Amino acid sequence: MIKMSGAHALIEALYKEKVEVIFGLPGGAIMPVYDVILDSKIRHILARHEQSAAHMADGYARASGRVGVCMATSGPGATNLVTGIANAYMDSVPIVAITGQVPRSMIGKDAFQETDIIGITTPITKYNFQPRHASEIPKIVKMAFQIASVGRPGPVVIDLPKDVQTEVADMDFPDKVEIRGYKPNISPHPLQVEKAAELLTKAERPFILAGGGVIISNASQYLQALSELLLAPVATTFMGKGCFPENHPLSLGVIGMHGTLEANKSILEADVLLAVGTRFSDRSTGKIDEFCPDAKIIHIDIDPSEIGKNKAVDVPIVGDVSKTLFELYNSLSKRLEKRENSLWLKRIQQIKEEFKDKVRVEKDKDLVPQKVLRELREILPIDAIVTTEVGQNQMWASLYFKVYKPRTFISSGGLGTMGFGFPAAIGVKVARPDVPVVDIAGDGSFTMTANSLATSVTENIPVIVVILNNSMLGMVAQWQRLFYNRRYSAVELGKFPNFVKLAEAFGAQGIRVGSLDEFKRAVKQALESDVTTVIDVPIPPEENVFPMIPAGKGLREIIY
Amino acid sequence: MEEKQVKNYIISTIVENKPGVLHRASNMFRKRGFNIDSISVGPTEHKDLARMTITINGDETTVEQLVKQLSKLIDVIKISVLNPQSSVIRELALIKLHVPDAKARSDIINYANIFRGRIVDVSPASITVEITGTPDKIDAFLSLASTFGIKEIARTGITALVRG
Ligand SMILES: Cc1ncc(C[n+]2csc(CCOP(=O)(O)OP(=O)(O)O)c2C)c(N)n1
Ligand SMILES: [Mg+2]
Repeated sequence: MIKMSGAHALIEALYKEKVEVIFGLPGGAIMPVYDVILDSKIRHILARHEQSAAHMADGYARASGRVGVCMATSGPGATNLVTGIANAYMDSVPIVAITGQVPRSMIGKDAFQETDIIGITTPITKYNFQPRHASEIPKIVKMAFQIASVGRPGPVVIDLPKDVQTEVADMDFPDKVEIRGYKPNISPHPLQVEKAAELLTKAERPFILAGGGVIISNASQYLQALSELLLAPVATTFMGKGCFPENHPLSLGVIGMHGTLEANKSILEADVLLAVGTRFSDRSTGKIDEFCPDAKIIHIDIDPSEIGKNKAVDVPIVGDVSKTLFELYNSLSKRLEKRENSLWLKRIQQIKEEFKDKVRVEKDKDLVPQKVLRELREILPIDAIVTTEVGQNQMWASLYFKVYKPRTFISSGGLGTMGFGFPAAIGVKVARPDVPVVDIAGDGSFTMTANSLATSVTENIPVIVVILNNSMLGMVAQWQRLFYNRRYSAVELGKFPNFVKLAEAFGAQGIRVGSLDEFKRAVKQALESDVTTVIDVPIPPEENVFPMIPAGKGLREIIY
Repeated sequence: MEEKQVKNYIISTIVENKPGVLHRASNMFRKRGFNIDSISVGPTEHKDLARMTITINGDETTVEQLVKQLSKLIDVIKISVLNPQSSVIRELALIKLHVPDAKARSDIINYANIFRGRIVDVSPASITVEITGTPDKIDAFLSLASTFGIKEIARTGITALVRG
C-alpha cells in the first residue's frame, strides 16, 4: 500500500498498463491529473479538439493493436469526445477515454460544466466507470484496460470527479483483476469446428468472407493458409480490408455497397460461405434476405451476440478468430489434399475476366481519383499505412488503393465519421513512426478536423494528407444525382479554403498539383520531408463511385 | 420463411448489486428495440448480488438475441430462461376498488378470500386488495373486480425461481 492522490494513482496505473502516450486537452475538472502528467514518463499530445484526441487514440490503437488513451475535461470536453467514442465502439477499437467530472458533492446539481457522461456514453461504450473513492482507481484502471482489449475490443470511459483526483488514499495496485461478469469464450467448441470442417470438405464452391475481426485477432496468416488449402476465394468486408493481400490470386477485394464487381458477383454462387469476424453489416450484405440465400453459412465470431443477429447461419462458432481458424485448418488439413486448381476457381477466373475493366474510368483526364490512387499505391512502400476520410474518397480508396498487409488500411467503417482520417493518421504515426502515414481525404471531411494540423506540426508528427478535392460533399452529391433528380441541396463547397495556405498557416507544407506527374513529385517530396504535407488534388466535381449497390437492394442489383 | 411463434418468456438474471445496473439493462432494451413486459430487481442472499427478472412476449429469435445482449452486459453474471413448468412464478398486485354499497363490500371481500387475497386498506368509498400469484391468477381477479370499478392498480412484475 502506498499513499497518494487519485490523480497520481491514475497516472501510475496507466504507466503500469504500459501506456506511452495520452491524447488530450485539459480543463478545470481534470487539472489535478494534468499536474501529475507533467512529471510522468507518459507523453501527452495536445489535440485542438477532443473529438480529434479520441480519433488519435483510435488510430494509435488500430495501428498498434494496443489500447489508445484520450483525455478531456468535464462538460464540453467530455461531450466533444462522444463522436470519437461512438466511432471506436462501432469499429470495435480498444480505447480508454478519461474525463474530468465536477466534485462528488456537486454531481446532479447542474454544476458548471457538469454533464452526465456516464449516461451519455452507456450505449456507446463496453463499460464506463465513475470512481467514488480515490482508492478504487488502480483497480478500475486495470479493469478498464482488460474490458477494452479482451474479447471483442471497444471503448471504456473513466469519469473522475475532481475531488476524487485530489483525495489521498492508500493505494493497492493489483496485477490481475477478476471480472466475474466478463469472461469471453476464446476457445471454439471442438464439435462446431468439426461440423464446419465437414461442411467445407464437401463444399464444391467454398467462399470466405473475412471481416475486421481477422485483423483484430491477428489471424491473417491462418486465413491465408486456409483459403489456399480450400482453394476458396476471399472477399473482405470494408473493415476487413488488408487482412488478406489484395494481390493474392484468391483475393477478390472488398464486398458490399461499393465493393468490387467480382466479389459481389462471385459470392452469390458460393455453396458454402465461411464468414469470419464479420457482423453481416448492411453495407456489406445489401438486402439481407437476398444475401447468399442458398449457401450453407459458417459464422466465426468472438461475440456470441453477433451470431444470428443479422443473418441466420448453419454452423455458428463462438471463439477467437485466430484460434478458431488455426483449429479449423488443422482439422481440414487431415481431410483435404492440397490442390492446384478446381472447377470453382476456373469459374472465379471467368467472373474476374468478365468484369475486368467494366467500371468506366475517364480516359482523357489525368487527375481522376482512380488514377491518383493507383499512382499513390505505386509510390508508397508496401507497409505504409493509409487512413481515409468518409465519402467518395473513402470508397475510391477501398476500390483502387490495394492493401497487402493487415493494419495498413484504417478507416471509419461503422459510424462513417467525416474528419476521422486526419487525426487518426496522427495517432497511427505516433504508434508507427517508422512508416509513412497518408490520409486519403475529401475536402469536406478534411475541413472538419483540419485544426489537427496544429498538433501534427507542433508535436512533430509528420503525416501526408492527399485531398481528393471535388469542391463537393461528393458522396451526398452522388446520391442526389442518382436518387434525387440531380437536385443539389447543400453539397457545393465552393473553392475555399485554399488548402495550400491553410497548411502553411499551421506551419505545414501545402502543394496543389495540376497533373498526375506533379502529383507523383508532390508525394515524393512529402515522403522526403519531415513536416506534414497537404497535397491538394483537384478532381472532377461530378465523378461517381461505381460499382454501387443502392441502399436496401440486394447484391444482384449492383450498378456500374 | 418459417412461422415465428410468439410466447411469454421469463428471464432470470443474477447481476452486480450496484447503482447503474438497471440503467444499463434498460438502456440496452431501448437501444435494441426490445419491448419488455416487466422487469423487477431485488436483493439476493448475497449482498453484492441482485436478481433481475425480465418478462417478454416474443419469438424465439428475439428472446435468443435478448439473452445474448444481456449476457454481454458486464454487470450481468448469470442468466437463465425459465421454463414455466419447473419454476415458481409470482407477482404481487395491489388493487384499489370502488365500493358503492354494502353489498359490493361483502362481494369484494368474498372474491378476495376465494383468491387468497388480503384486504390491506379500507375507507368509506374504497377497498384495497393484495393478491399474490401467477400473472394469470391476478388477471382473473382483475376481470372479476372490474365489475365494481377499479380505481388504481399497482403490479410488481414477475419474480421467479427454479423449483427444487
Ligand atoms: C460527421 C458527418 N457528417 C455528415 C456525414 C454525411 N456524409 C457522408 S459522405 C459526405 C460528404 C463528404 O464530403 P468529402 O469529405 O468532400 O468527401 P467526398 O465524398 O467529396 O469524397 C457527407 C456529408 C458524415 N458521414 N459524417
Ligand atoms: Mg469532396
